[in-house]
Amino acid sequence: MIAAVISLGGIGFLAAVILGFAAKKFAVEVDPREAEIAGNLPGANCGACGYAGCGGYAKAVVAGNAPPNLCTPGGAGAVAMIARVMGVEATAAEPTVAVICCQGDNTRAQDKYKYVGVHDCRTAQALAGGPKACPSGCLGLGTCVAACAFGALSISPEGLAVVDREKCVGCKKCTTVCPRNVIKMAPKSATVQVLCNSHDKGAVIKSYCQVGCIGCQICKKTAEDVYAVDNFLASVKNESYDQEKAVAGMLKCPAKCIHDLAAADTPQEEKTEEKAQ
Amino acid sequence: MQVQQVKERSKAFVNLFRQHKGMNMELKTFKGGLHPPDNKRWSEKKAIEVCPVAEGDELVIHLSQHIGAPAEACVQKGDKVLKGQVIGTPKGFVSVPIHASTSGEVIAVEPRLDTAGNKTMAVVIKADGKDEWDPNLSGADPDKLMPQELKDRILAAGIVGMGGATFPTHVKLSPPEGKKIDYLILNGVECEPYLTADDRLMQEKPEEVVEGILILKRILGVEKAVIGIEANKPTAIETMQKACEGKGIEVCPLQLKYPQGAEKQLIYAVTGREVPSGGLPMDCGCVVQNVGTAAAVNAAVRRGIPLIERIATVSGSAVAEPKNLLIKIGQPISKLVEFCGGVKGELGKIIQGGPMMGMAAVSMDVPVTRGTSGILLFSEGEVIRAPEGPCVRCGNCVRACPAFIMPTEIAFQMRRGKVDEAEKLNVMDCIECGSCTYICPAQIPLLQFFRQAKSAIRANIAKRKKV
Repeated sequence: MIAAVISLGGIGFLAAVILGFAAKKFAVEVDPREAEIAGNLPGANCGACGYAGCGGYAKAVVAGNAPPNLCTPGGAGAVAMIARVMGVEATAAEPTVAVICCQGDNTRAQDKYKYVGVHDCRTAQALAGGPKACPSGCLGLGTCVAACAFGALSISPEGLAVVDREKCVGCKKCTTVCPRNVIKMAPKSATVQVLCNSHDKGAVIKSYCQVGCIGCQICKKTAEDVYAVDNFLASVKNESYDQEKAVAGMLKCPAKCIHDLAAADTPQEEKTEEKAQ
Repeated sequence: MQVQQVKERSKAFVNLFRQHKGMNMELKTFKGGLHPPDNKRWSEKKAIEVCPVAEGDELVIHLSQHIGAPAEACVQKGDKVLKGQVIGTPKGFVSVPIHASTSGEVIAVEPRLDTAGNKTMAVVIKADGKDEWDPNLSGADPDKLMPQELKDRILAAGIVGMGGATFPTHVKLSPPEGKKIDYLILNGVECEPYLTADDRLMQEKPEEVVEGILILKRILGVEKAVIGIEANKPTAIETMQKACEGKGIEVCPLQLKYPQGAEKQLIYAVTGREVPSGGLPMDCGCVVQNVGTAAAVNAAVRRGIPLIERIATVSGSAVAEPKNLLIKIGQPISKLVEFCGGVKGELGKIIQGGPMMGMAAVSMDVPVTRGTSGILLFSEGEVIRAPEGPCVRCGNCVRACPAFIMPTEIAFQMRRGKVDEAEKLNVMDCIECGSCTYICPAQIPLLQFFRQAKSAIRANIAKRKKV
C-alpha cells in the first residue's frame, strides 16, 4: 500500500519536475500583441485578408507585413482594435459586398438544354458550357451558397443567386468558386450596379435574355464619370462613384439592367420616406 | 414426397448453374461490368450507305477533333480546297493534321459550336459538288517502307483512334524506348449498345482491316495480333476468321458484356494481363487499336487517303430508318438524320457516340467528327429525367465497376467537397464507362461526380507542378 503510494507519487513528482523544466527551457516566445489580435478577430478563418486564417493574419500584422485594415468581416471594429494594439492610426477600408451581376432567372433567360445531374454549377458548366443559353449568366445551382460561410447567399425560387447585403462580409469566397465569374465585389456604398455579365452583342443577348446589357452606351453618355462600356458590357466605375449621376444613368437604361441594390434591400424604409415626404 | 421434390429442384438448379458456368468458361472476359440491352437489331443488317454531300452544302471541320494540341488552320477565307488537302497543320507531337473532306471553297475560319457544346476553331467549307481529289495524294507499297516511313504516312493522314477516344495513332505506335511490345490487340468488340459501325466494317471490308493489321504489326514489330470481337456478332467473327487465315492473326470471341471494348478490360480478357494503376497498355506489352483505325491505316498507307470519312451508325427510337452510313467529317448531324428519313415522333435527346459513353449534343447543327461512331436519337418517352434519390447502399455500382473502385464512397466524399479523399479512393482509375450510373437504382449521377473529382485532381497536380 505504502510502497504503491510512494512509487506513484515519486513518478508524479519526477514528471512534474521534468515538465516544469521543459516549460522554462523550451518556452516559445509569442508576441502578446499577436495573441490579442488573433483573439479579437472574428475567428471565421474566411481568408478574405489573403492570409491563412485569422492567426496567420495576426502574425502578419504584428510582423509588419500586413496593413491593419484587411479584415473585412471584422469591419471598423477590427481595424480600431488592431490600431489600438499596434499603436498606429488606421482608417477602416470601405466595406465591400458581393454583387450577383445577372438578373436572368428562369422567367427571363432561356436555357439551351435541360440539366439533370450533380447540383453544382461547376459540373454543369463542364457540360456544353452550362444549361443556360447565356454564356455568362448565373446558373443558379448554388455552388456559391455552399461556399459562403456567413449564410449571406441563397438561391431565389426563380433560380438566381441572391446576396443578403447585411450578412455579406466581403470575403470573396463566392467569387472564387463561381465558374462563370458572375459575382463581383463592389463597395457597399456604391449601390447602383450593372446586373449583367455577358459580353455578347445586343442582338445575340436579346435572343436569350430579356434583361441583358446590350452595350448601347446610353448610361455612359448620361454619366461618363460613373459608367464604362467595355466590349458591349457596361460597368460602374467604383472608384469614381457618384450616387446622383449613377441614378441618372440607371433611369436611362433601356435594357433595365442597372439597379439600385439598396432600394431593393430596404423597400420598407423607402416607403416610409416617401410617406414622410 | 416433399423432400423428393426439393431434391429434384435443387438438382435442376445445380445443373443450370453448371451449364451457365460452362457457357462463361468458353468465352473470355473481364471482371465486373454489366449487360445493357444491346439494341443492335435496328441496324446490324443494314449495309453501309454513303451519305452524300451535294453542291452548296456547308461542312464545318473543327481543328480539334483529337486528344492533344489543336491543329492550326493553314487556309484562309476564300481559298479553294480539294478533297484530302491539308487545312490544318499539327502543333506538337500529340497532334494531327486536319484535311478537307470534299472540294470547295473556304467560306469561314472561325469558332463554331462543337460536339461538347463549346465554340472552337473550325474551317467551314462550301462544297462545290465535284468532290475532286487532291492530285498530290499517292499510295505506296507498305512492304517497301520502313516502320518510320509508315508512321509518317499515318501522321500525314491524320489518323486517330476511331473507337471514339480519338487519340493520335502515330503516338500510340511510338512506344518510348525500353518498353517492349509483344501484343497487338484489335478492338472489334463494339460493346456500346445500338452501334454497329465496326460490325458492318468487319463484315463488308474484312480485307481492309486485315491489311491494316499487317501494316500495324510491321510498325510495332510484334508477332502476336488478336482481334477481340463480342459474341453477339457471329457473322463478323466468321468473316474475320476467314480473312485472317494464314495471316498470323487470331480472332478471339469475347463474352457479351459492357465495357468489354474498354482498352484495359479488353487487354485483360485477351491476354490475362492487367494494366497497372495509372499506367498505359504499353506498360504490360500491349497496343490496342480499333478495327476502324486499322482500315484507315491501310487506306492511308496504300492509297494515301487521309481520314476524311468514317462509318457511323444512325439509330435510336426517334430515327425513322436506322442505318449505317459512310459520313464525311464536318457534315451536320441534321444531314445524317435527314438521310435516314428524319426524326420520328418527339425528339428527347441526341447523343454523339454510344448511349453509355457518348455525349449529348446540344443541337442538330453540330458537325460529326473523326470520333463520331454513331448518332443516336431518343424519343422523349425514352429519356429518364428523374430526380436523384438517396443511396440505398445496394452495392450494385461496386459490383459493376470494371476498375474495382467504390463509386458510392467516392460520390459520398465528393458531395462533401473532399477531393483528396476521392483521390485516396483511386478515382483516377475510373475509365468513365458509366456502368455504375447505369445500374444505380437511385439515379445518382455517379460518373459526373468522378469527372468533377478527376478534373479537380488534375488541376491540383498542375498547381503543385507550378509551385
